[in-house]
Amino acid sequence: MRRNPRELSLLQRSTSRRTLLVGGLQLAFAGGLALRMRYLQIDQADQFRLLAEENRINIRLIPPARGKIFDRNGNVLAQNSPSYRIVIVREDAGDVDQVLQHLSELIPLDQEELDRALTEMRRSPPFLPVTLADQRGWDDISKVAVNAPALPGITPEVGLTRIYPRGADFAHVIGYVGPVSDYDLSKLEDPEPVLRIPRFQIGKVGLEAKREEMLRGKAGAKRVEVNATGRVMRELDRREGQPGADLQLTLDAELQNYVQARLGSESASAVVLDCETGDLRAIVSAPSFDPNLFVRGISVADYSKLTEDPHRPLSSKSVQGVYPPGSTFKVITALAALEEGIIGPTDTVYCPGYLEVSGRRFHCWRRGGHGHVDLETSLKQSCDVYYYDLAMKVGIDKISAMAQRFGIGVRHDLPMSAVARGLAPNRDWKQRVHGQEWLIGDTANASIGQGYMLASPLQLSVMTARVATGRSVTPRLIKSIDGIEQPSGAGEAMELNPVNLRMLRKGMYAVSNDRRGTAYGSRIIEDAFRMAGKTGTSQVRNITAAERASGVVRNEDLPWERRDHALFVCFAPYDKPKYAVSVVIEHGGGGSSVAAPVARDIMLQALYGDTPPLTAYPAKDRSRVKELQDRLRRERLRRDEEESGRA
Amino acid sequence: MSYLEYAVKSAPTGFRKVLYLNWPLTLLLMSVAGVGVLMLYSVAGGSFTPWAEPQIKRFVLGLAVMFSIAMVPIWFWRNMAAVAYGLSVLLLFAVEFFGSIGMGAQRWIDLGFMRLQPSELTKITLVMMLAAYYDWLPAQKTSRLFWVLVPVVLILLPTFLVLKQPDLGTALLLLIAGAGVMFLAGVHWGYFAFVLAISIGLVTAVFESRGTPWQLLKDYQYRRIDTFLDPGSDPLGAGYHITQSKIALGSGGWAGRGFMQGTQSRLNFLPEKHTDFIFTTLAEEFGFIGGVSLLTLYALIIVFCIASAISERDRFSSLATMGIAITFFLFFAVNMSMVMGLAPVVGVPLPMVSYGGSAMLVLMAAFGIVQSAHVHRPR
Repeated sequence: MRRNPRELSLLQRSTSRRTLLVGGLQLAFAGGLALRMRYLQIDQADQFRLLAEENRINIRLIPPARGKIFDRNGNVLAQNSPSYRIVIVREDAGDVDQVLQHLSELIPLDQEELDRALTEMRRSPPFLPVTLADQRGWDDISKVAVNAPALPGITPEVGLTRIYPRGADFAHVIGYVGPVSDYDLSKLEDPEPVLRIPRFQIGKVGLEAKREEMLRGKAGAKRVEVNATGRVMRELDRREGQPGADLQLTLDAELQNYVQARLGSESASAVVLDCETGDLRAIVSAPSFDPNLFVRGISVADYSKLTEDPHRPLSSKSVQGVYPPGSTFKVITALAALEEGIIGPTDTVYCPGYLEVSGRRFHCWRRGGHGHVDLETSLKQSCDVYYYDLAMKVGIDKISAMAQRFGIGVRHDLPMSAVARGLAPNRDWKQRVHGQEWLIGDTANASIGQGYMLASPLQLSVMTARVATGRSVTPRLIKSIDGIEQPSGAGEAMELNPVNLRMLRKGMYAVSNDRRGTAYGSRIIEDAFRMAGKTGTSQVRNITAAERASGVVRNEDLPWERRDHALFVCFAPYDKPKYAVSVVIEHGGGGSSVAAPVARDIMLQALYGDTPPLTAYPAKDRSRVKELQDRLRRERLRRDEEESGRA
Repeated sequence: MSYLEYAVKSAPTGFRKVLYLNWPLTLLLMSVAGVGVLMLYSVAGGSFTPWAEPQIKRFVLGLAVMFSIAMVPIWFWRNMAAVAYGLSVLLLFAVEFFGSIGMGAQRWIDLGFMRLQPSELTKITLVMMLAAYYDWLPAQKTSRLFWVLVPVVLILLPTFLVLKQPDLGTALLLLIAGAGVMFLAGVHWGYFAFVLAISIGLVTAVFESRGTPWQLLKDYQYRRIDTFLDPGSDPLGAGYHITQSKIALGSGGWAGRGFMQGTQSRLNFLPEKHTDFIFTTLAEEFGFIGGVSLLTLYALIIVFCIASAISERDRFSSLATMGIAITFFLFFAVNMSMVMGLAPVVGVPLPMVSYGGSAMLVLMAAFGIVQSAHVHRPR
C-alpha cells in the first residue's frame, strides 16, 4: 500500500507514542515484580526461612534399649537381642508379586503375615518399608542376603527384641513384653511419643509391666531431612536416649529352675524366702509357659492350649492364688492365744475327735481324737479340736489381728501382676461384706485356716519367716537397680514374747522331726540343717454329716478338682533360720504326704545352694531324688552347650 | 512507507547481514538461556540429565532457527504471515479433532524429533497476522467498526480453539497480545474503553449475582473461581503449591542459599520445579540478587525490542516486533506473578528458562522475525 509521506509520519508518531506507552507499562510491571520480590525475600525472609526449615526437618525418635534383668548371681533373665526383620520397599521391588514368589521359595512365609503386609503396602507410600516377616533367625536372613540380586526391594533389617533365656522358669515373675496396642495407649492420659513407634515393645504382665517406666528408658531423637513425600534424605544430628535401668532380682535362677522342675506339671506353687533379708530366692507357679511365645505374638492354637489347660499355666499362683491356709494357720491361732495369755504351752485340751459348738459338731481330722493335747502335740499331730477350743477363748478379732501382723490379709508390695491380698476375716468384715452376723462356727473354721480365711503362698512364706525370726520380714524381689542396692526386707523385731515364739518353733520342729509328727517322712537328715514345718490340708468342699457317717471319701477317689489342697510351710535350719519355704499343691491331697516332701526337697536345694548330697534325704526318698537331680544336671549341661554355641 | 519503497540499496546483503544483527539482543537471549541451563542443572541435583542437556541442544537449534529467519528479508515474512496464521489455526483444529481421539487434553502433534504445540505457534503467527493486517490497512480505516471487527475475529478464532483444549493461560495471552497489537496500530481508545467497561460489568454481574435467584453460574463453578483466584482457600491443592513456592522464594533472602543448596526444590517441595516453577528455584538459590538480575535481563530484552521497533519505520516490522515483545513480556510477567502468589496458577512457562521444546523454539523463531526486521530496516 502506497502512503503519502505526511500520513506516514503522523502514523509513525502515533505508533511510537503508543509503543513507548506500552513499553513503559511493561517496565513498570517489571518494577512491581521486583518490589514484590523485595517484600518476600527481604522483608519476610526470616519467616519464610523458618517455614522452609520446618518443611525439611523432621524429628524421629530413637527407641531406647530396654533395661536387662538379672538374677542375684548375674545370670541373664531378660535381655534384648537383635531380631531380624525382612522388609520390602514397594517402589524398589518393581513387580511385587514376582519378588514375593521368589522369596517364598527361599524362606517359609506365613500367609497371615503376608496378607497383612500386602494390605499395609497398599495403604502406605511406595517408599516406606513394610515388614514381611518378623523375628527371623540368622539362617533366613543369610538366605535373603545371598540372593539379594534376585530380590529387588527386599532388605533384612535388624532391630531389638526381648528374649527370656530362662523361658518358662520366670514367666510369672518377669512376665513378658509385647507391641503397644491401641488399648494400652487409650489407658494413658498423655502417652510418651516413643510409644507411638510401630511395634515398640512395652511390658504387658509381671515385672516388665510393673517396672515399665524404669525398664523403658528415655527415647533419643534424631533430626532428619525429609523431602516433600516424607522420605528421609539424610540425618542431620542425633541426641542419644537413655537406656532403661538394669534390674537385679533377689531370685536365684538355678533354685528357681529346680523348684519349677520339682513342681513339674502339678498345679502348684512354691516360694523360697530368705528369712534374714526378706529376699525372695524363688517364687514359682506351675505349670508355666514360655514367655518368648508372647513376645513373638502367640498363635491362636498355642494360646487356647494355655487357656484350656485345667492347671491354668497362665495364672501366677504363688502371688495371685489364694487358698484356705488350713492347718498351717494354726501357728497364728496358737500365737494369738499365747500372747493373750489364755493358755500356757503345757496346758492341755481334751480331744474326743470333735467339739460341739452351739449345737454343731466340729470334727477333728482324726475321727478317734487325740486325747489330751498340749501345744507341741497339737502342732505335731495337727489336732483340730485344740484350736477350736483356743479360738472360742480368744475370739476371732484377736486371731484376725494376729494374722494381719503376719501378713495374711495384707497386700505385700511386690512388682508382680495381681498380687493378692488374701483375707483375715473378722466380725466387722463379715458385717460389711456379707451383711451378716459373725457366727461362732465361723471362728471355729477360721482357727484351723478354713472358712473365710484365705492366703497366698507368698503370704504363707512371709508368715513362716516371721514366725522363724520374730521380725517383720517383708519380701523383696528387686535386689538392685542399675547397681544401686535396694533396702533390705529384714524388718524390725515384732514385739512378741520370745518365749511364745520359741514354743511355737519347737512344735513346728516336732512336726518334721518327731516320729509322730505329720511330716516326719519329709525330715532333713543332715543335723546342721534340721527343718521345722507345718502341714496343711485345706478342704475345697463341705463334708456333709451323711458322708461323715458313712465314712469320708478318700481324696484319691474324688475327681481332681474336688480334692483337698496340700500345703506345707517350713523353715530351716531350726536353730538359725535361713530360709522359709511355702508349698501349695492344688488338689494335691494331704499336706504331709504330698506337699511336705516337695518343700523339703526345695529347702535342701536352697540350703546347699547346689545339688545336695543324697545323705541329707531319708533313705526311702533317695532314688526318686537322684532321678530328678540327674535329669536337671543333663538339662543344665545342654543349656550351657547351647549358650556357648550361641556365643 | 511500505517495503516496496525501502531504500533496498541501503539494506545489507549476503553475509554482511550478520554484522547488522541486533547483537545486544542476541547476547541477552543467550544469557537468559544460560541461566535456564544453570537452573535445570541445579534442579536435576547437579546433573545435565534429564533436562539441562536437551535444553542446550534445543537452544542451539533455536539459535540456528533465529539466524536463518533473520537472514530472510522481512518482507518475505510479511507475505508469509497470513499463510502461517492459517496454518496454525488449521493445526489447532487438528489437535482439537485428532488430539482428542488420542488421550484426554492432548495439545501437541508429534513431529518425530519434537512435539509441536500449535498453541505455542499461534502466539507468534497471530501477532504476525495482525501486524501484516495493519500494514495493509489504510491508516484512516484503522478505527472504523468493520475494520476493527476483522482483527477481533482473527484474535477470537484461535483464542476460542485454545480455550477448548483447555489452556486458559495461552488463551489469555493470545487475547492480550492481540489487543496490544491493535492498540499499537492506533485503534481508537474508545473501543478499548468499551470492551473494558463491558468486561468489568460482566465480571461484576457474575459475582454480584452469586447467591441471588438470578445467579449466572452454578455453585461449583463459583467454587472453582474461588480456588482459582485465591489458592489459599484450597491449602492441599493449588494453595499448597503457591505456599511452597512463596516459602522457597522468601527463604532465599538477599543472596540466596547457594547454588544447588535450595532445600525447597532439592527436596521436592516445589511443584513443576523444572518448568513453571523454575523461577522459584532461582530465587531460592540466588536470592533477591539472582531474581532481580533475571528480571533485569528480561526488561533489557523488552527495552531493546522497543528501541528496535521505534527505529524500524516500517509498520509491519515495528508492530510485529512490539507484538512479540508483548508476548514475551506476558510470558515472564504472568509466570513470575504466579510463583510470587500475585496471580492464579495458570500453566505459563518462564520464557527461555523453563524446560520445554516448543516454547523455546517458537520464541527463538519469533526473535528471528525481530532480528530480520532489525537487519532489513531502512537506513
